[in-house]
Amino acid sequence: MIEMNSILVVLSVQDGRIKRSSFEALSRAVAVGGQHGLTVNAVILHSNASKLAAEASKYGASKIFCFEDRVFDSHLNAPLLAGLETAIEKIQPRLVVAASMESIKDVWGALAIRVDAAVLPDVASFDVNGDAVVCERPVMAAKVMAAVSSSHPRVLVSVRSGSYEATESGGESSIETVPFEMSSQTLSATLKEIVTTTGDQVDLSEAKVVVAAGRGVKDASGKALVDELASILGAAIGASRAVVETGLFPATAQIGQTGKVVSPELYFAIGISGAIQHVAGMSNSKIIVAINKDADAPIFDVATYGLVGDCFKILPLLNAELRKALS
Amino acid sequence: MKFCVCIKQVPDVQASVQTGRMVLNAYDASAVEEALVITGDAGGGEIDLVLIGPSSATETIRKALAMGATNAFHLVVEDASSLDSNAIAHMLAEHFKGHTYDAILTGKQSQDTDSGLAGSMLAELLALPYATNAVGLKATGNGLEVTRQGDSGQEIIELPTPCLVSCSNDMNNPRIPSLKGIMAAKRTPITTTEAKTVAPVTLVARTFPPAGREPGVKWEGEPEEMVSQLVQKLQQEAGVL
Ligand SMILES: Cc1cc2nc3c(=O)[nH]c(=O)nc-3n(C[C@H](O)[C@H](O)[C@H](O)COP(=O)(O)OP(=O)(O)OC[C@H]3O[C@@H](n4cnc5c(N)ncnc54)[C@H](O)[C@@H]3O)c2cc1C
Repeated sequence: MIEMNSILVVLSVQDGRIKRSSFEALSRAVAVGGQHGLTVNAVILHSNASKLAAEASKYGASKIFCFEDRVFDSHLNAPLLAGLETAIEKIQPRLVVAASMESIKDVWGALAIRVDAAVLPDVASFDVNGDAVVCERPVMAAKVMAAVSSSHPRVLVSVRSGSYEATESGGESSIETVPFEMSSQTLSATLKEIVTTTGDQVDLSEAKVVVAAGRGVKDASGKALVDELASILGAAIGASRAVVETGLFPATAQIGQTGKVVSPELYFAIGISGAIQHVAGMSNSKIIVAINKDADAPIFDVATYGLVGDCFKILPLLNAELRKALS
Repeated sequence: MKFCVCIKQVPDVQASVQTGRMVLNAYDASAVEEALVITGDAGGGEIDLVLIGPSSATETIRKALAMGATNAFHLVVEDASSLDSNAIAHMLAEHFKGHTYDAILTGKQSQDTDSGLAGSMLAELLALPYATNAVGLKATGNGLEVTRQGDSGQEIIELPTPCLVSCSNDMNNPRIPSLKGIMAAKRTPITTTEAKTVAPVTLVARTFPPAGREPGVKWEGEPEEMVSQLVQKLQQEAGVL
């Protein structure tokens, strides 16, 4: 058997930047590697990989492998799969770690088959225990936690954003550029169009404050109040599935079981009932403020501070108070 | 077009207490719905179903048949609880050796485990091009146009057939079966076979309740008062402003 004594961390790039959640995953890998004597390397697959690697260098990876090709920026899964397969064949890691996000969810299953690995997806924590990789992950719409392990010789793990701190290590990584060529036959699918909705807004998974709207926000005037609150606090904007369905907020803002998982310092749930599928995506927020006119809404069960009332009356006052408090 | 939708029976996670009620996975219901819309628009087509699970999961197959699917395969495993995504994907791949389709649809994840792996694992095992987290699907001349929800927006991808697509429940609102559909589904023969299980590569050691949240406070009354209380708390106690 090949001796596999390293961890490989995939650093994902979105909107031209390495995601903070990737650095969180890397920091955790460095801690686990330190405890168990495993080398930690990283890989970046992006047209600008070596430049991004210079910035990533302070998070403690021994080596950062750069697969520099425009094909990786295409949002298609075939190139990412082929690149990761090449990286894993070359580096032979015991454990491959990435931040859990759509581009990783898109390839993790197929990659596991291709490189003969087991997968622990979307974990809240992970560790190495003897010859096993162990993790804890929420199941049953986050009503239950499961401790899951795998003793398979190779394991892929994806980590929920906000599960660990991103910590700089002081050291510096060496950087290696790996030549990579994607054959055109392998590129079975074609990308026709990307409709970006995040733009230059605050990234949801990285925000310290999230202001989330539900169906109670109703219309454009309600949305304007929510947008104003978010801009006062420098917050990212989130949404429930029901309000995304109305078209008032983009699907990239959706928080919950189908949407994104966030764990900010402060979360505002405005006109959100608190269905378990929504709560699954935000219950790890440190402080939760709920504004809802129904005193029995389940969102109040998880709220740190609950305000029972009409958000159209409360938000203008809150926005004015916060402006004053912050000036 | 000829579709096969892979469906799963899951516990009703929506119930506030565990009732033991089992339902069709919501993401799979959206996959069935989408196949029905595409074949309906095209004026015809076929939709097969395949389910791995205990005999009692027949009711879930009947539900999807009642929505309008054509045929169903039930790969019976009485205790499927230890089967992980890897095992399920291998068992499905074995099944698909004997059946070919223009497109295989799956839910993007199961409501109970939220793993979201079986679809792309199956695609890789069958060497099919695939897309995940689809929120829109259209038949084109020689393939499918998939709109998938990505991290920063929607990605519109053209896939040649045969292919596999994993579907989000944000794709559509699955139809409620009509009485006629329900009656017809009762008469549809289900091809049932004992499934040969595959060993899982992951193991659930134990489950436990998540760490509870500290109980909070709830204010009712004048908006002015609630707002000033909140701002004070956020500034002083919470220190987040
Ligand atoms: C498999 C599955 C996955 C799902 N995934 C997600 C997901 O990822 N994210 C998600 O959010 N949902 C998800 N859902 C849907 C979820 O079950 C709920 O339907 C949804 O979260 C409801 O959104 P809401 O709270 O905005 O709307 P509603 O439940 O309609 O609640 C609106 C709330 O607004 C309040 N309100 C109304 N007017 C006012 C006012 N003027 N001022 C103050 N409050 C007011 C009402 O009292 C009510 O509590 C999923 C469902 C399923 C089955």
